[in-house]
Amino acid sequence: MGFIQTWLPYILAGVAVGGQYALIAIGYTMVYGILRLINFAHGDVFMWSGLIMVYLITILPLWLSVILVIIFAIVLGTTIEKVAYRPLRSAPRMSIMISAIGVSYLLQNFALYITGGLTKTYPTIGWLQRTVSIGSATTKMVTLVTPVLTIVLVFLLVMLIKHTKIGMAMRAVSRDFETSSLMGIDIDRVITVTFVIGCALAAIGSILYFSNYTGIQPMSGAMPGLKAFVAAVFGGIGSVPGAVVGAFVIGVAENLIKGIGWTNFSDAFTFVLLIIILMVKPTGLFGEKNIDKV
Amino acid sequence: MEKTLSNKTKLVLSIAAIALFLVLVYVGDNTIPANSSWKMLITVIEKGSIFALVAASMNLLNGFTGLFSLGQAGFMLIGAYTYAIFTIPGKSHEAVYQYFNGGLIQWSIVEILEGKLGIFGHYIGMFIPMIGAGLLVAVVAALIGIPVLRLKSDYLAIATLGFAEILRAFFQWNSLGPITNGSNVLRKYTTYGNAIFPVLVSGICIAIIILLINSTYGRAFRAIRDDEIAAEAMGINLFKHKEMSFVISSFFAGISGALLAMFQTTINAMPFNTVMTYEILLIVVIGGIGSITGSILGAFLFISTSEWLLRGLDAGQWLGISSSLMRPGFRKVVFAIIIMLIVLFYAQGIMGSREFSWDGFINWWKNLPANLKAWPAKRKAKSAAKKEARARKAAAKAKAKEAKAEGEAKRASGEALFTPLPTSDEVMVFGKEGK
Repeated sequence: MGFIQTWLPYILAGVAVGGQYALIAIGYTMVYGILRLINFAHGDVFMWSGLIMVYLITILPLWLSVILVIIFAIVLGTTIEKVAYRPLRSAPRMSIMISAIGVSYLLQNFALYITGGLTKTYPTIGWLQRTVSIGSATTKMVTLVTPVLTIVLVFLLVMLIKHTKIGMAMRAVSRDFETSSLMGIDIDRVITVTFVIGCALAAIGSILYFSNYTGIQPMSGAMPGLKAFVAAVFGGIGSVPGAVVGAFVIGVAENLIKGIGWTNFSDAFTFVLLIIILMVKPTGLFGEKNIDKV
Repeated sequence: MEKTLSNKTKLVLSIAAIALFLVLVYVGDNTIPANSSWKMLITVIEKGSIFALVAASMNLLNGFTGLFSLGQAGFMLIGAYTYAIFTIPGKSHEAVYQYFNGGLIQWSIVEILEGKLGIFGHYIGMFIPMIGAGLLVAVVAALIGIPVLRLKSDYLAIATLGFAEILRAFFQWNSLGPITNGSNVLRKYTTYGNAIFPVLVSGICIAIIILLINSTYGRAFRAIRDDEIAAEAMGINLFKHKEMSFVISSFFAGISGALLAMFQTTINAMPFNTVMTYEILLIVVIGGIGSITGSILGAFLFISTSEWLLRGLDAGQWLGISSSLMRPGFRKVVFAIIIMLIVLFYAQGIMGSREFSWDGFINWWKNLPANLKAWPAKRKAKSAAKKEARARKAAAKAKAKEAKAEGEAKRASGEALFTPLPTSDEVMVFGKEGK
């Protein structure tokens, strides 16, 4: 009992942050599954949706700002895809990755300009930040809401991918880009839909994440972004349930490490995990084997 | 046939140009008063040469060996810390390591050698920790390389980025405080006196990189970049060469880290983050992936625009334009947009994969007037071609639309669009390979 009492808060916090990472990781894994591109700008889309919320809430009611934030993230993500990735689709993979890094650099610098380098405080969303107690641990409502919401959203997404026409098109494109375009699938549309879903989930994730960690600055998106990517790799890139499992594992492990008192290494652990998984099982937990052909 | 210079003339020209540059830097640093705005030029040269070195080292990996590695900032961090830790004078330890009882190491290599050899020992004492920094980074890179270099392109990028982050956390770890000073700054260590120092060190290092690239090893690196499987089939040991490129590149990143520590006079692990790596990568891209000349030009261009030429954008006035949009941070936004434009529309960068040569330079200079004269006509031709292409595209689109409308009409009237496929079992469906 004493064991649970000590560790329950960390596990709860881990599950919550894991759910938030999961919502970001889905964007990474879907885009990577289709474009074979690490969308380095995804973490910054996440940061920007948080930042926009800070500005919107001052003039608009909560429900409207939440909707607008999601729309903003979708517009931003699809615009990035149209402007920065689409022209380079036939270019070597290195150039499209450099373009992604360039977009990330631009978004961070623009945020730096807008905020003036100051840390902005995320607005309090009343019921999300209410304290609740579970057994011995007291925590915020958001800790309980996150995993539930994440699982519901992921369930909906998996249903979409499995049972709708656009989902089928996505699976086809991620299996074989060229052949599916020969079969009459509108690749551009599939990619746009992928970005729409990824960015909308990232925006929802940002609302949950920043309700927990209230300070936003231009670099806030980088670390969660990288961790979410690692989660996607851990679960097997291209697999949505894999990304979610990976995100929960990373979230819990990170908080347990904080619990031992090695806070400095909680970020580093993620990358240790990445390297171990790439050594032992490069395709991740649920990934499919890829064979390189000459 | 273009006239080419003899090798001897080229050598003389190169040495003369380098000597002239060094003398100008030396004299410039000594004569320009500290409050003059031209002092910025010297700063740009110092910082530019440091970043030229790290960009060249990154280019060796990314441009010449085809390994997309993003760990450069982490390696610079080790270099900077190693240099700083071993050169803080004994009497300053109390002040620097104020939270760690004066730290673990109570001596400085510079002081020890200076005591024995005088001013000569002072410089030797600066070189030893600098080379040592490079060597330590090389050892760390060799260890990291063993697992990481087995990964493919984007996984390699993420793994190296991850290692850089781990290193940063490691150097900020409080338990290592007596050596690294935890998350506090290191300061009061020995730095150089004249801007010629970083220029000279970077120049020598870049020269070594160029020699390496032109050697048989360099050719092996390029073979790996162009086609790994073909290179392996030709008898190149993939892992050995990748590891070699990785270690050498990291060695020079470490040296440039030590130089950066000297340039900044205080260091802290915080700024050696992913943004720094991104900036180095963007320098390489601006200069041209696969061109050392490009990396050098890119570094000076990047540093001079970001530190000097675009400064006015932050202060509210630039080239006589003033606007309320221009407040701190605006410079970096403009800069990032310029970089995106380069990445999207000018992907080969300034130099592409070409290198500087005297013949090329003289030809370029000779043809410059003619090229300048021909430029408007060339531009006109280009825009005309573009217009034509656009018109062709629009026509094709219209035609497709027409055909579609026709098909739709046919379908509406119940006409068969295609001859039906044979319904027998002879239609083969190919299964996916390997299943």
